[in-house]
Amino acid sequence: MSVEVRIPTILRTHTGGEKIVKGDGDTLSALFADLDTRHNGLSGRVITGEGALHRFVNVYVNDEDVRFTGGLDTALNDGDSVTILPAVAGG
Amino acid sequence: MARYDSILDTAGDTPLVGLPNLSPSGDVRLWAKLEDRNPTGSIKDRAALSMLSAAEADGLLKPGATILEPTSGNTGIALALVSRLRGYRLICVMPENTSAERRQLLELYGAKVVPSPAAGGSNQAVAMARKLAAENPDWVMLDQYSNAANAAAHTATTGPELLRDLPTMTHLVAGLGTTGTLMGTGRFLRDNAPGVKIVAAEPRYGELVYGLRNLDEGFVPELYDEKVLHRRISVGTADALRRTRQLVTEEGVFAGPSTGAVLHAALVVAAEAVRTGVPADIVVIVADAGWKYLSTGAYSGSLEEAAEALDGQLWA
Repeated sequence: MSVEVRIPTILRTHTGGEKIVKGDGDTLSALFADLDTRHNGLSGRVITGEGALHRFVNVYVNDEDVRFTGGLDTALNDGDSVTILPAVAGG
Repeated sequence: MARYDSILDTAGDTPLVGLPNLSPSGDVRLWAKLEDRNPTGSIKDRAALSMLSAAEADGLLKPGATILEPTSGNTGIALALVSRLRGYRLICVMPENTSAERRQLLELYGAKVVPSPAAGGSNQAVAMARKLAAENPDWVMLDQYSNAANAAAHTATTGPELLRDLPTMTHLVAGLGTTGTLMGTGRFLRDNAPGVKIVAAEPRYGELVYGLRNLDEGFVPELYDEKVLHRRISVGTADALRRTRQLVTEEGVFAGPSTGAVLHAALVVAAEAVRTGVPADIVVIVADAGWKYLSTGAYSGSLEEAAEALDGQLWA
């Protein structure tokens, strides 16, 4: 299985400038472990040492914020789209 | 009774109208709360009045005081009206990648606009305003992102109005900016109608808007408490625009692009209700009308052209 991961500008230093990368994993944490094998340091920018999402990073699976769908345990299916975005102000 | 002592007294108690053509069935219905029917044409009139009145009650605002606020538009415009009528000076820090109409309206009401760089988005506007506030201790920064009176306006008015007008409501869908609308209305509904699901529609802008220098410059409003929400859906510019146009062509409701994002999320919820056979009454908060966005190209030409025109703009 394979999912597509959209990388924000600020994290593309870890993907050699690539905007979209492919990855594997049954859950988000498995996906980030897989991504880290090819994109060194990416996982550490998104996930803290305690295994939580960094406060100023939002991750979406098919447009759903994963903080409401099980966090890093969120299940992934073939063809899912994962988007990483920095938190910005609205209003 | 439709007689009021002044324009400010017309804030709130906005109409809730059915969206029969966009509703998937008689059992799964969409309703639009028309917040453009507020004095300056947006839901922010509720927050602005509430924050200014709270600051006056706390003795923070003396006659002639200078108020400072970071804003991408609507809050600033709402504060500008109240400031003009109550005799305060208003300075707004606003990202330069916002529509021309917003600046014109702010200046018309007498506010001074300090532009912040487009590349820094709202985050930098907030940072600049907080720095200016520290340098000018006699200025009053209401700070919509952390001011409890912002959310409290919705606990006191928006929430009760919704439950009064639609006791069968099952979902609230609103845009996520300062988070004031969702926090305040959401808390009221959780306390008074515990079955109602609170759904946030979050605008996903073009890349320029996320051009932070590092992740630590990220920003989560102090008001935000994720426990109030049940779900948060990210909506891109193209989907938001498509739904904004659908709302006007199919229902005659002329709304701003942020409402298109809200409608998109509401239709996701509606489709799930249809699939699972559960009746639903879904409220869509229409934060403002489309007038202020005409110059952005959101309503003319092809969707692709419009999405391209709005890329890099703060459209919500």
